[in-house]
Formats: sequence, C-alpha cells, structure tokens
Amino acid sequence: MLFLIIKRILLGLITLFIVSLITFVGTEILPGDACTTYLERQAFGEQLEACYRRLGLNVPAYERYVSWAVNAIQGDFGYSLSGEMPIKEVLGPRIKNSLVLASAAIFIGIPIALILGIVTALWRDKLPDVAISTVTIFAMTIPEFISATLLILIIAIWLEWLPGIVIVPTDVSFFELLPNIILPVIAIAMIMTAHMARMVRSSVIQVMASEYVQMAILKGVPYWKMVFKHVLPNALLPAINVVALTIAWLLGGVVVTEVVFNYPGLGRLVIESISNRDLPTVQALAIILASIYVSINLLADLMTLMLNPRLKTLQIRK
Amino acid sequence: MTEIIQKVKNLSIGFKSKKGEEILILRNISTNIKKGETVGIVGESGSGKSTLALAMMGYVKHGLYTIGGECEFNSSNLLKMKNRDLEKIRGRKIAMIPQNAGQALTPNLKIGYQIDEALQLHSDLKEEEREQKISELLNKVRLPSPETIALRYPHELSGGQQQRVAVAMALAGTPDLLLLDEPTTGLDVTTQAHVLELLNFIAKDTGTSMVYVSHDLGAIAQVSDRIIVMYSGEIVLEGPSRDILKKPIHPYTYGLLKSIPKLSLAGLPQSMPGSQPQPGTMHRGCSFFDRCDFSEEKCKSNSPQLEYLEELNTSVRCFNHKSLMNDSQVNQTVNKIKKSLQDKEILNISEVSISYAKQNLLDQVLNRISDDNPTVKDININIKKGETIALVGESGSGKSTILKSIAGLLRTKDGVIKFDQKRNLSSDLKERDPNDLRIIQLIFQNPDESLNPNHTVEEIIAQPLKLYFGLKGEELKTNIKELLQKVRLGEFYMSRYPRQLSGGEKQRVAVARAFAAKPDIILCDEVTSALDVSVQAAVLNLLQQLKEDFGTTYIFVSHDLAVVRAISDRVAVLYQGRLCEVGPSNDVYQFPSHPYTEVLLGAVLEPDPDIKPKLVAEDIVEEKPPQKGCSFQGRCSRILGDICKNEIPPWQITNSGNSIRCHIPLKELQKDQIN
Repeated sequence: MLFLIIKRILLGLITLFIVSLITFVGTEILPGDACTTYLERQAFGEQLEACYRRLGLNVPAYERYVSWAVNAIQGDFGYSLSGEMPIKEVLGPRIKNSLVLASAAIFIGIPIALILGIVTALWRDKLPDVAISTVTIFAMTIPEFISATLLILIIAIWLEWLPGIVIVPTDVSFFELLPNIILPVIAIAMIMTAHMARMVRSSVIQVMASEYVQMAILKGVPYWKMVFKHVLPNALLPAINVVALTIAWLLGGVVVTEVVFNYPGLGRLVIESISNRDLPTVQALAIILASIYVSINLLADLMTLMLNPRLKTLQIRK
Repeated sequence: MTEIIQKVKNLSIGFKSKKGEEILILRNISTNIKKGETVGIVGESGSGKSTLALAMMGYVKHGLYTIGGECEFNSSNLLKMKNRDLEKIRGRKIAMIPQNAGQALTPNLKIGYQIDEALQLHSDLKEEEREQKISELLNKVRLPSPETIALRYPHELSGGQQQRVAVAMALAGTPDLLLLDEPTTGLDVTTQAHVLELLNFIAKDTGTSMVYVSHDLGAIAQVSDRIIVMYSGEIVLEGPSRDILKKPIHPYTYGLLKSIPKLSLAGLPQSMPGSQPQPGTMHRGCSFFDRCDFSEEKCKSNSPQLEYLEELNTSVRCFNHKSLMNDSQVNQTVNKIKKSLQDKEILNISEVSISYAKQNLLDQVLNRISDDNPTVKDININIKKGETIALVGESGSGKSTILKSIAGLLRTKDGVIKFDQKRNLSSDLKERDPNDLRIIQLIFQNPDESLNPNHTVEEIIAQPLKLYFGLKGEELKTNIKELLQKVRLGEFYMSRYPRQLSGGEKQRVAVARAFAAKPDIILCDEVTSALDVSVQAAVLNLLQQLKEDFGTTYIFVSHDLAVVRAISDRVAVLYQGRLCEVGPSNDVYQFPSHPYTEVLLGAVLEPDPDIKPKLVAEDIVEEKPPQKGCSFQGRCSRILGDICKNEIPPWQITNSGNSIRCHIPLKELQKDQIN
C-alpha cells in the first residue's frame, strides 16, 4: 500500500517535470521573448542587450531552466512582465478567488447531483426520472457562455437582484466577494451537476440490475435498506473519479465563465497573461494547474483504493 | 398424501414486443411441489426454467410481467402480493441459492454481515446468539474456520466457498422451500460433486423441499426425486426421476439424453438437429415438431396437451408417447471416431515452464523471467499429426496457460516448443513470422466475445483469408462460401451479424474462421462449454468431421471429462501446472491410475441415478503449487509420507503406454483398480 502511494507520487512528479519542460521549450520556441515584448520598438542594440543582462536571458536555455525550476520548487516563479511584480503575489489572490468559486460550486453541486442521480435511477422511466432527466440533459447541452449571459440578463439586468459582473478589486475580503459569486456559481454548478447526475444515474441503474441486488431482494431485504446497504456503496465508488476530475476542472479555473462574469480567478489570469505575452506567468500557471490535476487524481485513486475492499486486498497481497 | 407446499397454476409470463404483441416466456405451467421432495427442472437455455423458479418466489424480472395464473404458497398468490408481505416470505419461507454466488454476494459487504442480515430479518435472535448462529451455519456448509471466513469479503473466497456461503445464507432463515438456480454450474467437477452431496445432506437433514433448476442432467440425476423437463416455455415431461432418465417417453428428453457424452463410452454422441424456437416465433402445432424424429402430420397443426399417465405417474406432452414407451430405453449409439493418427510428430513440447511472475527491471534488461515456482512447469508432450490430445484438470491446473503459450500469447520461461521438428515456437507472437502464426489457430470458449459484433460473418471469415493468402474479390467470396458449407451454414449467413445467430451457429462461424487459415494445429479452449447439450454434440461431430477431411491436429482443453472422452485420442491430466498422467484416452478412462485422475473421474456426474460420484479427496483450493515434491501432495488421499513432500515423483510407464507421475509403485496403483 505504502509502496503504491510512493510510486504514484513519483509518477506524479515525473508528469510535472515533463509539463514544465514542455512549457519551457514551448516558450523558447516562440519567436520573440520577454525583452522584445517589453521594449517593443526600442528592442535593438544596447537597450536590448541591457535588458537581456538584467533579466538573465543571456545565459544558455538549460541553465535558465535549471535556475527557474529550482526557484519554482521553492515557490518563487520570478517576476510577471506586465505588472512588474512577483508572480507569487499575482497568483495568491487569484488562487484564493478560484478556490472560493470552486468550493461553493462543489458544496452545492455534488450533493444535488448525487440526489438527482439516485432519484432518477430508482424511479427509472417513471415521472421523476423523465422530468429530471429532461432538465439535466437540457442543462448539459447549453454552453456555459449562453447560460451565463442569460443569467446576467435576467437576474442582474431585468430583476436587478445581484451584480451582473464582478467589479471589485482582486484582493477583496471573502464577505465582500460573496454576493458577486452567486451567479457564476449557478452557471458552473448547472452544467457540472447535470453531468454528474447522469453519471450517478447510470451507475446506480447498472448496480440495480446486478445479480447481488436481485439476491438481496430475494433474501427479503426491505427496499430502502437494500438501496443504502447493497446499492449505493457499490454505485458511488466509480463516481469518485468523476467527482475528482470535476473538482480539478473547477480549481483550474473555469475560463469561459470567469471571462463572462469578469471574475478575478485563475481562469481569467490564463487568458490575460496569454494575451499580454506574459510568458513567466503562463509558465507558472501551467505548472500550478498541472499540479492541481495530478494531486486531485492521486487523492481520488487512493480514496477508491481505500473504499473498495476488492482493490485493497489485491494490493496487500502483492 | 403428502402436503403440497407450492402450487403453480396455469402460469404464463411474458413481455410485450416492440410491435405490441404479447410474447410468452412461460406458457400455462401447472405443477405442485410437495413437502420434503426435491424437484429437478431441466431445460436448455431459453426454456423458461429460471423464470419459473423466480416466479415461485413471487419475483418477475424487469421487463417481464405475469399474463395469467398464480403461484400459490400457504394458500396465497405470491404474484399478487405486496412487496412488504413478500419480504416476510422471501428468505424466511422460500429461499434462493443463485447460480453464480460470486456475482450474487454484494462485493462491499463481509460474508458475516451478509448472513447476519438474513438472520436479523428472519429470526428473533439477539446479537450474540446470531454470532453463534453464523458460525454454526458456516460449519454446516463445511467451511473451514468459520470465524475467519465471516470476516472476509466475497472476492477473497474461491468459487466453491462462495457457493457454500450462498447455501448458508439461504439456510439462515430456515426456509420450507429452497430454490436452486444452477447452483453448481461454473464450479470444478470435484467441487460440484461436493456441493451436491452437501445439498443432498441438507435436504435429508432438514426436510426442506427443493426445486433444483439446471441444464445439467448429470447434476439433476444426483439430487432429484422428480424431474420436470421444459421446452420453449412449456412442461413437456414430468415424472419420477428414475423413469425419466432411464425410460424417457418424450422425444425431446430422449434426444437430449442421447446427445450427452458418457464417461463409459468412447465416441461422439448423436446430435439433435435444429434449435429451440425463439419466444414469439412459435407456430401452431407442437413446438418440438421441427426437431422430432417421431413426428407425424398431426403434430404440425395440433399442439399436444400435457397428458397424465396414471400407471407411470408421469405427465407427457406428446401424441406419440405410446410408441416411444415400448422402445425408449436410451440405447446410446455413438459415432465411433476414426483414428487419423499419423506417425509424424508435429509438435514437441519439451521441458516447458511458464510463469506469470512480473518481471522487475533487471529481468527486463536481461530478458529473462525469474520465478522459482512457475505456474506451469516441466511439461513434456509430443503430439502426432492428426491426433486429438486433450488437456484436463480443474481451474488453475494450467491447461489454458499451456494453450496460450503454444498460440504465442504468453512466452515460455524455459523449454522448447517445436513445430514439425524444426520451427521453434518458444517465442511469443511478436517474434513469430506470419506463417508460424497461420499454422496454429485458436477457437475460444465464448463465441459472443471472440467474434467482433460489428463485423458480418463474411468479414469475420474473410480476415484470415486476406491476411494469410491475400485473397481478393470473387476468389475470396468463393472461399468464404466453401468454408461456410464446410461448417454447414448456408450462404445467406454471409451478411448476418453475430447477434443474429444462435450460440451454436456462432461457434460454427468461429470454427470456419479457424479453418480459413488452413492451420496444422487448432487449439480448442473449452469450445463447447458455453453451448447447450444438444448443440454441443453437433459442434463436436462437426469438429471431428473437419479433422478427418483436413488432417488437422487438435489440442483440446475442457473441464468436461465426458466431452474429452468422446473426442480425444490421448489425454494429459494436469494438476497445479504439473503433469500427472498422460496416456491413450481409453486406458486413462478405464483404468485411472494416478490418484488425481481417480479423484477427477470419480467426481463426474452422469445422468444416471445409479451411478453416484465417488468423493475421494477434499475439495480444497490451493493457490500455488507446492515448492517441492509432488504437486498433488496437498489433496492426495494416498500420500506416502515425506517422499511425496520432498521429491518430485518419477515417471512410470505402463504396458499400455500410460505415463504416470507418482511415487506409489505401478503395481499397487493398478491393483487398486481391480478391487
């Protein structure tokens, strides 16, 4: 078991290393560099040389990679070009904001998704299933930029209940931010909940058709006891990985929604730094997003392993 | 008169087709189950036997519904009962033992909890008493160390143990009626015999009535007092089991019994032509009309009624039962197999070991496999051209592993596999050239999985023809047609998809695909296990015919010893990946010498109430072969002592050419057979 965890962590680190390499090489290959972007038309001669020396761009690429990597491990991603401030300070509040948005969506979305999925599966082909399934499929198919825009139109502009776009500074306190996140959360949760509810539904239906559930019925186990003891633990196990992917997707910044609502999260930062050609920030973002994906997937796998007795003994035996 | 415990009256169950027609799975079934008796329900897949058993618990599968009739238990109709009332009967009055206990035990719950759940629901015992009772029940089904078993999860037990747990769970509610749905199908022969013996014991011990559903007449013969034979949703014959097995007066039962291979008889059984009509395609007249040898004009338009014959205490659904009555002793005639053996050796397997051990980095670099106790070890078999050699043994005996190695799916650890004295086949697929691949073809157990569902029959058979011979256009088509003709399928099958074929037809396509490569050797991995008995006989006959036509060599793997007896020239008996005995089938079957061969053959169930299985060894499951000594030491009832535990037994060769690997002197091994 411990061996497996260590192995998985090592694999994760290798993945991160490869991601960092690819982004580094990618930014090297692109024509132009930080100095040409910064100096624009003055990018020649003495000035350019001076800039190179100042930013340390005059040393070979591999040396720059190593020094960058060493610093990055310590949490220092260098300076952002546009703001001329440490990337660390740019990222901090953005990560916090994305975290707020993501956790709100998770805490609202996952319980609703589970309940909807289970209800639709247990009342399969009956009225509750038909009604909920129609709504979830509808919610799944509308792209988020349309649903987000509609939410702004109806709730912010017509009804004037909530602010339509976020115009607070990036580093406001949690309580000031709160009213601003309601609409983005609804927009994200809608699509996420719909996806997960469908997943849970099919998983529960599959387990309901299994021989062991039929056996439980023939054993005389009352319906709800059967659902909670025999069906759900087995049906929700495969859902863990889907939930993990969703969480990673949320934390990584829901780019479109953040842009529509002008929300100061990681997703918008990605767009901003790419359009500003702020390569150090792009690099840092790539590494952070990759680590989020790797660590959440690792957690999900370990959780499945703990909860599934079948896998657990298999590992111990090995 | 004994008390009737369950009364099935005019029961019909079916479903609505897409066109809105009512399609019947069960048609007007009536029967009674008496207190203390064991009733066997026999039929091929699709005959409705499981649906009937489930209906006896008031359970109708999703998608099916009751069209008419009732299942009466304690004078109330289970099929009209509310779920809440059914919960009090299920598990307490009527309990089910499922076909596949591995699938029927909830994977996330411990064995102890699952039995406890039944006790909580159906008894008033307190917690400590229940704990006591769980141990008692596990003991009753003869599971070793009940306390530890109770703490295990289902997947940590072997198939036989899981089945025993299912029996214990059913007994927890002390039911009056036990329904058993193929409870031993899928278990090894020795385990199957032990489970049946246990069930017989429980029936006598507790006086519980049993309904035993199975396609296996051998198992039914061992347990039941009365037999019900079902065919396409109807009862066609019902009566005392001895009469039905010895003197069947319905043509279907008669044909069925004739198509089962017997241990005592070499040669292929006769097959019954055709297959059971699909539900919804039934016409007027007798549903068995198409396949019947005794049919007359009136059978075509009139359907016979179930007729009770008082003198025999038997009900039969046939106009002609009287003529069958006079000469229906099942005199089995077999198609003797022609020996097409040649003197040339085609495949030499020498000193082969195969390991599933994972290679570590060092091993990968050095391109070796290090495992001092490999799954399969020291296999020496020389196979002659045109021979059919069978590998037999229980699951885990390594028989399929050896096939995989010959096919190139697994590389050997040590030893050499040589084709035609010169070509070395010890390497795996990647290192073989196309011709080496062509000469060896495989036919798998389950044609549902081995045929691509998105390809038509034409595409399936065309593949090897294109790959190995580069055939195109008209030539390709003619070849496909010829092959289909060889496996007795019409040309119109070319455009069909596997799902549009019956089980037997699918396996024929798989056979045609194997022969398309014009191979020298065909590996048959349990090729008939997924088929019904009557279809099995037809496929076996087909394989034999093709072999005689093409001079092919078969390596045949099967857990069904009677099938092996029918088709093979020579048998190799394997235990834990080590050979125990190799010899001509006739000798091995008539004079089993090795203790394991005796165990194996003794456990075979024959469809004859007079032949009881002999249970020589315990049915323990060993996970790994022993490090040293004889592979069978753990279960051998004739173990000599330390010599068996420490030394690998030598080969001893009998006069008739059997090779036996045992420490017991040949004379003693052979003496015992006479007694």
